[in-house]
Amino acid sequence: MSALAALLVRDMRIAVRVGGGALMGVLFFLVVVTLVPFALGPDLALLKRIGPAILWLAALLASLLALDRLFAADHEDGSLDLILMSRAPLELVVLVKGFAHWLTTGLPLVLAAPLTGLFLNLDAPAEGVLVLTLLVGTPALTFIGLIGAAIAVALRRGGLLLAVLVLPLTVPVLIFGVAAANTAVAGPVPFGTPFTVLCALTLASLVIGPFAAAAALRQELE
Amino acid sequence: MRLSAIDLACHRGGRDVFAGVNFAVASGEALLVTGRNGAGKSSLLRTVVGLVRVAAGKLVLEDGDRELTIAEQAHYLGHQDALKPSLSVAENLRFWAGFLGAGAADIRPSLETVGLDELADLPAAYLSAGQRRRLSIARLLAVKRPIWLLDEPTSTLDAAAQERLVGLMRSHLTEGGIILAATHAAIGLDAVQELKLGRTSASPQDRGGLRS
Repeated sequence: MSALAALLVRDMRIAVRVGGGALMGVLFFLVVVTLVPFALGPDLALLKRIGPAILWLAALLASLLALDRLFAADHEDGSLDLILMSRAPLELVVLVKGFAHWLTTGLPLVLAAPLTGLFLNLDAPAEGVLVLTLLVGTPALTFIGLIGAAIAVALRRGGLLLAVLVLPLTVPVLIFGVAAANTAVAGPVPFGTPFTVLCALTLASLVIGPFAAAAALRQELE
Repeated sequence: MRLSAIDLACHRGGRDVFAGVNFAVASGEALLVTGRNGAGKSSLLRTVVGLVRVAAGKLVLEDGDRELTIAEQAHYLGHQDALKPSLSVAENLRFWAGFLGAGAADIRPSLETVGLDELADLPAAYLSAGQRRRLSIARLLAVKRPIWLLDEPTSTLDAAAQERLVGLMRSHLTEGGIILAATHAAIGLDAVQELKLGRTSASPQDRGGLRS
């Protein structure tokens, strides 16, 4: 257990230091969302209608931004060899790395969402619902992304491959995340239906992601 | 404790790197793996710790901890130093000590042994190649493990540091440890076996190539 705690602390430290991915993701998120009103013009009703979708898209792209370095950096400096040799099960190691990555890149997006919601003319209840869907949905993005990050390890310039591999897999998360967030804006559909599916997607990705990523890592390094 | 390989073969990237390798190293003994570039020295060490799949033959560890694999009882010092440039010297070492199972062990003695205690708070990005090497050697001291696998351990080290490393290897052997070292240069250890790779597996056109 202490091995995994050490790994969590290390990965979070690296992410918040200079050159880490934590600040980059949230800044990218803020910039993209801020640009949308400039591009669409001051149509408040339109912004409000598409606001949740814009925020979700920006969060999706931002959470993939630093993901390709998650295993590749450890591979390049030899840390991954020692991690593969360790007594801790690789699946748990991958889970912890994913969790550290979500804490440093996913969670800041959730916290920044209310601010960006203001740019898109979302009112307080809509923002509350949106934050809730992002809080539940962004772990799914990270843990689906883990699989792509593990596959891209041995390749140079794996970043583009990661996006091509991972983005199609995130479509269900996007559909139900936006659907749940839209219920607060658009009306009669009950919030619970898409939201429970979103929760289910997250739980499934929490299980499948680490196993698939660990399997990919084992395959590649031989 | 006794580590042995029986008819070990390694197959990487569609080519046989080596085949029919046999060795046996007991507690307190060192095995020096030598051979020309590409003879499979690194591949042999990586095979022993399970980072490369065993293509044929087998590895046996007698009198080790039955609950653990060979890799889990071994230290691997590879070509790369496994250090994060944004973390300090002490943070890097403390992480590996924690991750490899020494818990909250005091890392200061290990840093002193490799002569890096005064740089403990410096980010690893500012270390020279030799200092990085010494920091990864400190990992072997901070966490006790019986088997050391060293891949070109003396590269980038200056004469004084090489001597100190040989001293550390000697004391590891007297404590009953096992060392497998891949190297070009002769290491000043007294009682070592030598395993020469590259004869059995070299294809005819390889033989005319550079020899070290």
